[in-house]
Amino acid sequence: MTLNDVKARRPLATPPVAASPFPYNSGSLLSAQHLDLDGISHLLTRATILENQDPLTRARILAKRRIALLFYESSTRTRTSFELAAKSLGADTALVSSLSSSIEKGESLKDTGLTLRALGAEAIILRHPNSGAAWLLESETRLPVLNAGDGMHEHPTQALLDLRTMLAHLRPGVQTITPETLAGVTVSIVGDIFHSRVARSNMLLLPRLGARVILCGPPALLPEIAAQTGPEITIERDFEAALRQSQVVIMLRIQAERLAGLQLDLEEYKAAYQLTGQRLAAFAPTALVLHPGPIIRGLEMTAGVADGPQSAILEQVKNGVAIRMAVVERALTANADSGGRA
Amino acid sequence: MTALIIRGGHLIDPAAGVDTLKDILLKDGHVAGIASPGKLKADEDAEVLDATGLTVAPGLIDMHVHLREPGQGYKETIATGTAAAAAGGFTSVAAMPNTTPVNDSQETTRWMQAPERNAVVRVFPIAAATRGSKGEAINDYAALKAAGAVAVSDDGLTILKDGVMREALAAAARVELTVIQHAEDTRLTRIGDKVASMNAGVAAFRLGLRGWPNEAESAIVERDIRLVQALREAKPHLHVAHISTAASLCAVRTARRNGLRVTCEIAPHHFLLTDEHVGFYDTNAKMCPPLRSGADRDALIEALLDGVIDAIATDHAPHAVHEKEVEFDRAPNGIIGLETALGLSLRWLHHEWKMPLGRVLSLLSAQPAALLNLKGRGTLAVGSFADVVVFDPKAEWTYNARQGRSKAHNTPFDGWTMQGRVRWTISEGRVAYDDLSYRSVQE
Repeated sequence: MTLNDVKARRPLATPPVAASPFPYNSGSLLSAQHLDLDGISHLLTRATILENQDPLTRARILAKRRIALLFYESSTRTRTSFELAAKSLGADTALVSSLSSSIEKGESLKDTGLTLRALGAEAIILRHPNSGAAWLLESETRLPVLNAGDGMHEHPTQALLDLRTMLAHLRPGVQTITPETLAGVTVSIVGDIFHSRVARSNMLLLPRLGARVILCGPPALLPEIAAQTGPEITIERDFEAALRQSQVVIMLRIQAERLAGLQLDLEEYKAAYQLTGQRLAAFAPTALVLHPGPIIRGLEMTAGVADGPQSAILEQVKNGVAIRMAVVERALTANADSGGRA
Repeated sequence: MTALIIRGGHLIDPAAGVDTLKDILLKDGHVAGIASPGKLKADEDAEVLDATGLTVAPGLIDMHVHLREPGQGYKETIATGTAAAAAGGFTSVAAMPNTTPVNDSQETTRWMQAPERNAVVRVFPIAAATRGSKGEAINDYAALKAAGAVAVSDDGLTILKDGVMREALAAAARVELTVIQHAEDTRLTRIGDKVASMNAGVAAFRLGLRGWPNEAESAIVERDIRLVQALREAKPHLHVAHISTAASLCAVRTARRNGLRVTCEIAPHHFLLTDEHVGFYDTNAKMCPPLRSGADRDALIEALLDGVIDAIATDHAPHAVHEKEVEFDRAPNGIIGLETALGLSLRWLHHEWKMPLGRVLSLLSAQPAALLNLKGRGTLAVGSFADVVVFDPKAEWTYNARQGRSKAHNTPFDGWTMQGRVRWTISEGRVAYDDLSYRSVQE
């Protein structure tokens, strides 16, 4: 057989990959990838309207509708803001957490989901330590499922509230987004990228608005393959070089609960990647500093930076409630108003 | 025992070099005669199967299945697993020892072959290589072979310790048994309490799942080959189970060039699917080793076409429905495969990639028979066991997992188009599978 014969038999047809059936429910938000730009614009617009609406009027939108919060991991910000968002719209919420429920007795996610549905839950907000858990819950219950963080995978409402925070500073007044809205903007995501659902949701969302994403961290927390996740994603190991290019810096927490035996020298890490006042002043004196929380002060950033003028960390928290009101509203009204589904 | 005549079929027996129209007489569990159509001396009380338009071939042999008995009958039993085998055209299956208890004894090896198990095709136990498959102390291979074991393996687990693997290869060589290794360096795939659940690559990164690197397989294959090389005077036979990476293939190729007895098998899912087929956490696409990258898959196809791969084996791994309806990380590994191996192989290897039919059948019968040293199987030469599959090589059909004979339905191939419909499967002269619907379809 000659080389030409070998070439002649390529390429061979191989079985195609089936199109994803997700989301099954148009009210679900599993991934920001499931939203087209019109859908995101709609959520941003609704977030602003709902935020400014009279509380008594707002409370009629989902009056007495039932929403379950199913939390298999601890959470302060996400849980509270989803709960406040749902209640602001008038919904009844029920919190089920893994430590005070039949989950402790070994009940599966499927059975827990079906039980909540039988109890009348019309949507489920899920936080879970396993990647993909929201996909499983949605396919088994077919309810609107809002992904409040699945393992190392995605945290779409965090990406949306980060986007709202960025727009407020970089593009004030803009709520209708296009593929050029963030053209010319570079966002660095710094730290434990590998274990971060915040990083994954942001790096897939921001380039769709024209932003460039720099991932920055040591190889143990940022494998080379991360750059292939999507377009406009590059890796920069040198923190200061990344800062120099950035209009936005998203700092991440080292996730001790997911390190799985990985040995990390924290002093070395801080020397290379801690965001200090000096570094910020020297290399990114006008950049917006974000952090999804919880912050470990003195590790990924100094207290001075967290509390400093460039920090928008508490704005992010506030935006979380507004974005989650819009997302919860969409979950229970999506069938009447199908806008927003990609 | 009654006699059977299969008339008018196209006999393909790669081991005997036959590829033409023949009638076959089966008597007393063996092939009693082969002749040109109409030339067989009529046996008056013989039952006649009309195979006009059909292909007649040696019954298929799957050298890697999990029948789940003893101990895990809720997933599959020897009866249901062999019924699935027969429906898929298989007349022999080699059953892995990761049962409860682990099959590391003569007692369990015999239990699996006892008539009370109601197997409809022949079951050949593969015994554990080490006590309890713990990878520490090797078993008594002579005793296991005497009880019917056809190979030894700790499948599902890897013999990690160099000294233990060396001893296993040497001891198996003394009694002419094959050592089948599930090659996975768990130091690279299980870190702390975190277990890699899919191929390391961009798909795993995107899905937030921990990756199983290629080197975890090839490092063990390479280590094992060094041990075979060191023991070459003893002529050990190393067989690499479910090979899945280009690097492992490369090591096998080189070993063979150096005259070592190193062989390998491939599962249909590894030559058909890639890590992209995991989609969004489809637990029916979770197996060990995992579905690999497109580049690895293409290398596997090429190796199949080039003849580097010795056999197609399904790694039939049934699980109960509730076990797979869980978070991807928590789902058990494995898919069923007995009822789809022939249909997928004919559809893709033969029809799409143009591998001659005889070669496809050889990978599914003659070659695994030789690897496990199953005398009188994998061929239909006169005197062989009357293990036969009769199928329509042109018929296309749609696989419906829920209608299968296996207890389990965990497969990514549900709803796929298959080619080559099994009409009859005959195990040692008895009809083990008869597709009664076939006649009506034809008429």
